[in-house]
Amino acid sequence: MSAQPDLLYSEEEEALRAAVRDLLADHCDAPGVIARTESGAPHDREAWKALADGMGLAGLLVPEALGGQGATHREVAVVLEELGRAVAPVPYLTSAVVATEALLSCEAGELLGELASGRRIGALAVALNVAPGGAYKVVRHEGGALHGELTGIADAAAADVLLVPADDGGLYAVDATAATVTPQVSLDLTRPLAVITLDGAPGRLLGDAEPAVRRALRAGAGLLASEQLGLAEWTLTETVRYLKERKQFNRPVGGFQALKHRLAQLWLEVVNLRAAARNAADALATGDDADVAVTVAQAFAAPVAVHAAEEAVQLHGGIGMTWEHPAHLYLKRAKADSIAYGTAGAHREALAGLVDLQAP
Amino acid sequence: MSSAEELRRRTRELLAAHPPASTDRLEFLRARFDAGLAWVHYPEGLGGLGAPRSLQAVVDAELEAAGAPDNDPRRIGIGLGMAAPTILKYGTEEQKQRFLRPLWVGEEVWCQLFSEPGAGSDLAALRTRAVREGDEWVVTGQKVWTSSAHVARWAILIARTDPDVPKHRGITYFVCDMTDPGVEVRPLRQITGEAEFNEVFLTDVRIPDSRRLGEVGDGWKVAQTTLNNERVAIGGMRLPREGGMIGPVSKTWRERPELRTHDLHQRLLKLWVESEVSRLTAERLRQQLVAGQPGPEGAGMKLAFARLNQEISGLEVELLGEEGLLYDDWTMRRPELVDFTGREAGYRYLRSKGNSIEGGTTEVLLNIVAERVLGLPAEPRTDKDVAWKDLAR
Repeated sequence: MSAQPDLLYSEEEEALRAAVRDLLADHCDAPGVIARTESGAPHDREAWKALADGMGLAGLLVPEALGGQGATHREVAVVLEELGRAVAPVPYLTSAVVATEALLSCEAGELLGELASGRRIGALAVALNVAPGGAYKVVRHEGGALHGELTGIADAAAADVLLVPADDGGLYAVDATAATVTPQVSLDLTRPLAVITLDGAPGRLLGDAEPAVRRALRAGAGLLASEQLGLAEWTLTETVRYLKERKQFNRPVGGFQALKHRLAQLWLEVVNLRAAARNAADALATGDDADVAVTVAQAFAAPVAVHAAEEAVQLHGGIGMTWEHPAHLYLKRAKADSIAYGTAGAHREALAGLVDLQAP
Repeated sequence: MSSAEELRRRTRELLAAHPPASTDRLEFLRARFDAGLAWVHYPEGLGGLGAPRSLQAVVDAELEAAGAPDNDPRRIGIGLGMAAPTILKYGTEEQKQRFLRPLWVGEEVWCQLFSEPGAGSDLAALRTRAVREGDEWVVTGQKVWTSSAHVARWAILIARTDPDVPKHRGITYFVCDMTDPGVEVRPLRQITGEAEFNEVFLTDVRIPDSRRLGEVGDGWKVAQTTLNNERVAIGGMRLPREGGMIGPVSKTWRERPELRTHDLHQRLLKLWVESEVSRLTAERLRQQLVAGQPGPEGAGMKLAFARLNQEISGLEVELLGEEGLLYDDWTMRRPELVDFTGREAGYRYLRSKGNSIEGGTTEVLLNIVAERVLGLPAEPRTDKDVAWKDLAR
């Protein structure tokens, strides 16, 4: 750890936040998101087009020379906070962060440019629950083609290109049209999973799978904390707003001390999560102390986001249990996020090695 | 006047005129105060130069490099952190001239006479009475949880001057002479065995009206300045990684593998993560202050710090097993300085129980966060418009 991390938001980052929030207010209102989850097309292509094409946000991590914006993880984190606040059903984390990082590791110039522009959507074909240091499934590379089945691949149904690790140690680009992508009924309605079946699909070798997958998952885990911050912030704000309005026993429910204390505790958790998430984003951007920063953020973020969403459901009372109210979208995303890119427990275990607090 | 260069020049002049190696410590500190280099953000003539507070670091660095003595700020924390800002804001010119220099130099130690046996969280319900007799006030009552009372020359004191109005309005703020014959200080022994605090009994203590701070009946408002500074001091420490309570237990874990269990490992890692995140939150708050964007986050820092200290020290006692059944020393000591991370694990465990009580209980702070940060409805108040003398007790 050399210099102190910059844990604040710059003016430019705040301007970016405002622009993304405006856009999502137009595209991703709660009733629209709920209705979309019941349609055959859970991903919001229009919102994605506006974010990627209109604002160029899919290319934030890609250098300008390769067709991107040449920004850093700090700006991406701000975008993810806003996407979390809206539980937006767009493949941003999976394509613009995780798949993009894998391609950056492989120096896959042309494909990077396509993902950066948003013309194509990419998905790393590693199950969503795999932690940065965890084992992942590979497919068989045989006779110049790929064979096998990979489950739990987030946003694969929206992807145009799949980045597939194979048993020869290579990472291959497979056109989605050459694979069978079967949606799985997923807990998280806004980031659905799918099964990828490859039956002799042609793949183009991009580079070594191992460093690419590690790098991609580390960035995904670290920046997921910012999405979790956005989820937690929205659920806390919305619950506080509702409890000021909702009256029982001739008083606003938010005036009862038992509830005030719970909300104050939750606020404190969210304040802490903001520092942890900013620290992870800054560390990924500077490369300084990134392993510890990411594991700390992920070990901390998931319980906070889940707690915030669970409190939102409970403190909204009956309305919180209805399909109509959006609280369940946040609960489902928060719970799925608590498994995505490694559970808090998996990150704590990784931390034990990083800071020399070894198991018995 | 406010440039770093100018301050550096003045500091070098001070060092040239009073070489630390050959100057008496107090003499040097007095000269530093008179040169306006004690606290540069204070006004000229009162130990400062009206410069931005951030430039103090420039002066401190020059003095440290020259091996100059400091005023031992930890020993006089209540004076520096609580009495001084209150005197600066509400004191008369004469009071500022009389009190601030010996306070800063450390010749006169200060203590705080606020809490009472019947007025803790509800401090404004205090019963210590001050009755006016000519140019004096006669004060009688009992104060508690007073650190440094046994070494203090002066105290900041709040007392009830009008029992016929609602509790917040009948309080006045004074400077009390701790050498007055009516002041009796008794050690208050804590669960740790030591007596870090005192009880102070006030019997017909005579305070000249010239030692009143602020207007008669304005004591509650004046006390807010004092208390806001206390919470800043309690939550505002800057720590390196593993700098707080998590440091000693991590060290024990590394050095003594025979003590490790799976259950303790899970709990330790969780607390390590929470300590690190809490440290980052404090760092973020500090960065916000430096950038001139103070946020409400400060209100939460003490809450987190209290809970973590308690859970970590509790874990540490458990980790030690057979040794955890022992205690380092039950002798009633009178420490002048308190180090929450000092001594053995058992002491840390017991002392940290106070962290969620002193300087505002966790329960009251949660109310404050809920009401002032989240804007939730205030607790119902039955005492707001009732004269203090008519309150239930």
